[in-house]
Amino acid sequence: MIAEFGLAALWLAAALAGLQLVAGFMGMRDEDEVLARLARPAALVQALLCGLAFLTLLWLFARTDLSVALVANNSHSEKPMIFKLAGAWGNHEGSMLLWVTVMAVAGGLIALVERRLPERTMLATLGAQAFVGLGFYAFLLFSSNPFERLNPAPGEGNGLNPLLQDIGLAFHPPTLYFGYVGLSVAFSFVVGALLTRQVTPEFARVMRPWILGAWVFLTIGITAGSYWAYYELGWGGWWFWDPVENASLMPWLAATALLHSASVLASRDALRAWTVMLGVIGFSMSMVGTFLVRSGILTSVHAFAVDPERGSFILALLAINIGGALVLFITRASTVAEGERFSILSREGALVVNNVALSAVLGIVLLGTLYPLLTEAFDVRVSVGPPYFNPVSAIFVLPMLVVLAVGPLLRWRKDSFARIRMPVFALGIIGLLVLAGVLLTSTIDILPLLGLVLAAVVMVGSFLPLRGRSLRRLPLAVWGMVIAHFGAGVTLFGMASDTAFQQERLVAANAGDVVEVGPWQAVLEGVIPVAGPNWNAMEAQLPLTYDGSEAGEARPQARSFWSPPQETSEIALVTRWNGQLYVGVGNQTEDGRWQLRLWWKPFVTFIWYGGLLIALGGVLALLGRLSVDVRRRVAVRKIADRKEDEAAFVQEAGA
Amino acid sequence: MKKLLLILAMLLVTPLAAQDNLPPAPFAYQQLEDPELEAMAQDLMITLRCLKCQSQSIADSDAPMAGDMRHQVRTRIAAGEEPEAIREWLIQRYGDYVSYQPRVKASTWPLFAIPALLVLGAILVLRGRLRKAK
Amino acid sequence: MTRFRWFLWGVVAVAAGLFGLFAYQLTQPKDEFIESAMIGQSIPAFALRAAVPDRPGLSSEDLADGKAKLVNIFASWCIPCRAEAAQLEVLRESGAEIVGIAIRDRPEDVSAFLQVYGNPFTRIGADDISEVQLSLGSSGVPETFVVDGNGVITYQHIGDIRPEHVRTILYQLREAGA
Repeated sequence: MIAEFGLAALWLAAALAGLQLVAGFMGMRDEDEVLARLARPAALVQALLCGLAFLTLLWLFARTDLSVALVANNSHSEKPMIFKLAGAWGNHEGSMLLWVTVMAVAGGLIALVERRLPERTMLATLGAQAFVGLGFYAFLLFSSNPFERLNPAPGEGNGLNPLLQDIGLAFHPPTLYFGYVGLSVAFSFVVGALLTRQVTPEFARVMRPWILGAWVFLTIGITAGSYWAYYELGWGGWWFWDPVENASLMPWLAATALLHSASVLASRDALRAWTVMLGVIGFSMSMVGTFLVRSGILTSVHAFAVDPERGSFILALLAINIGGALVLFITRASTVAEGERFSILSREGALVVNNVALSAVLGIVLLGTLYPLLTEAFDVRVSVGPPYFNPVSAIFVLPMLVVLAVGPLLRWRKDSFARIRMPVFALGIIGLLVLAGVLLTSTIDILPLLGLVLAAVVMVGSFLPLRGRSLRRLPLAVWGMVIAHFGAGVTLFGMASDTAFQQERLVAANAGDVVEVGPWQAVLEGVIPVAGPNWNAMEAQLPLTYDGSEAGEARPQARSFWSPPQETSEIALVTRWNGQLYVGVGNQTEDGRWQLRLWWKPFVTFIWYGGLLIALGGVLALLGRLSVDVRRRVAVRKIADRKEDEAAFVQEAGA
Repeated sequence: MKKLLLILAMLLVTPLAAQDNLPPAPFAYQQLEDPELEAMAQDLMITLRCLKCQSQSIADSDAPMAGDMRHQVRTRIAAGEEPEAIREWLIQRYGDYVSYQPRVKASTWPLFAIPALLVLGAILVLRGRLRKAK
Repeated sequence: MTRFRWFLWGVVAVAAGLFGLFAYQLTQPKDEFIESAMIGQSIPAFALRAAVPDRPGLSSEDLADGKAKLVNIFASWCIPCRAEAAQLEVLRESGAEIVGIAIRDRPEDVSAFLQVYGNPFTRIGADDISEVQLSLGSSGVPETFVVDGNGVITYQHIGDIRPEHVRTILYQLREAGA
């Protein structure tokens, strides 16, 4: 009964999305006022019903109702509760339901609170949101029903793979989905603004919190994914330019560019076309990423829910949504093209450089990721990897970072170089000092060298906008920008430092042997067997000294799981403020020695600290924007209250 | 999540390939004595694709075949062979698929032409902005 | 303004091309095999010690003795190799001369494997560090190469040989002059 209830709620939600679509688009054309009044309530009720459907699924998983196919395939009565619940979205159908639910809730939220835009634009936005949503409802209901019954019900579920019971695995997917959905909301706003020819600063201000939110989630998702790969894969790498990683990077690049161009539009009514374009591209990249991962057309991804039928469905949605939006854009091109003008030496100019560079990097990542797919169509197989992506994207990233350090110092519209001469010289001198220092003390490759120099310039430069301003009265959004830019410098520093200075030792050691790597000394005290709940392992015990003083112990393991039988390497990480020691143990050689691998990775942790700082900056900016919005709204309401006692739904929004 | 699932896929794939019980080739898990040669080998290994794994270089893989390829690279480097000659040797056998570093040729020129066009486009956009402002 | 429209149409064209590529690839079966680029070329020089006591080892000279052969790359630890044993036997009965290269294997394991699944090989070389496998451009086990009498590789079969492959392989072997 419960599963049928969930399915019914989902069907009803889909029907309401249909109503929202019709009401939104009819209302937009002023054809039916009665219908138009239904759009917002429809969005709200849809959100409630969809939420209900998702809660139903959670409930089914919590109770391990094995008569539901999805539960039987992905859960087990003896899983810990948290993993039972996480199992609800740890599969294709459930994750699509989560996606639709987040989207519906976002739509409901807009319908409930957003009253700044002209009502016609709002209706168009809600209509667009419903249009995108309906595609996903159709996908769920016709080809990925999460509530399908299994008859007869099996005695026990399939999903007890201990490797899948990982807290990171449980919460990584929703993080990315929130990001994708945020971009879909931005997309709906763009379509709404295009339909009603209202690409205005107000539109950018309304859209901005959604972009910021999406961007924060994407940043966290990528940062966490990178760290997970780093400690799980066992060879010390943190970014492989793998197609799946690239699929998550591309929406982030688009969102970063969109964020900056939306802020130009919001403050200065310039870059209208860029903002619209990036809004469309951001959502396209979310869907392209989903498509690439789910359809299995790229090597590396066959693990997850690979199914050509699903792939076709996502591709169809992608083509309809994106193709439609682009053609709409063309018909409206004349209304968005002209914005306010500005000099290249201005805040806007710097942000244009940022947009161009990020878009170019996005293009390169897209090209490199899909190129093997293209040549495969002609039976030629090529690989595109780090030796391509690193230098080619650096062509754009490095100049962009220079501009990042200076841009926030510039004034809007027009500035003179004379005004910012001092800080620019200071940054130049810092850069030269770092360059000279690194060159004198070591020989490293050109890319990490430039990385170190620019990291220093960006880290210092990011704080320069605070110069001469009262720190206490500084808006939160500016703090957010400063911290996020600083975080970018920190990440860059971590990447460059690890690339340039990491040291590797692979040895076969007997008990008692001393292994040195960088400033570390490790003694292999012994290797002992250890037993876990469903594995046993050989654990190497390595007391450590750093620069001659004791520095704890590393205990890496070589684990063997019983069912399913597989071997994994559990590396040991010893973190200091200035980097990480990364230790893995492999097999025993024939003469009884143990294969050890050690890396000293100076400042590698800064990569992820920087990622977190970037996300923190995004959160601060979001809070800053929202608090300003709320304050303004309160003020507006007070005025409105004074003018009229009764505030009808629609009238108030038009005010 | 994709990342995680990818990794899980790797975890699931590797043991199947690792059922042989012969010890790894001598230089699969052993570095060369000379740090300069080892660095040279390392630089090459991270640009060679492991044929048995999904999107990993031979420097990042526990697959036995990746170990054997590392042995090839290290012994050849130690014997004085140029890294690019070793890459060439492997490309002769496996085609361009084995190298993560695409070279300019009939089948790959767009990989280089398009970024060049992007640079050009970027300059044009910026110049356009510059002129409009005057 | 029109220039901007053209640019947008360009974007639409690129997107359409991309979607077309996606759609095309969705219909294509996923081919995970990496073909050897050595087909049509002479087998590189090598000499492998015997993998089992009752068969001689294998060298590149043995492959250029005037008679076309099948070179089967296998291992006792490889499960599909067990599945193709029956087909190798059929090939041998049809007159094919088959030589083997055992990858990363111990003599006792190879002997035990051959005892159970049959021994169609006239020679078996032991390739302990996949050196010859790499030099042939082979990327896994099992694989079967057709080598003509001059030691030139003319055909590569990737994966286990199923009954439906036997005819093709025999045809390729005849083409190579057996």
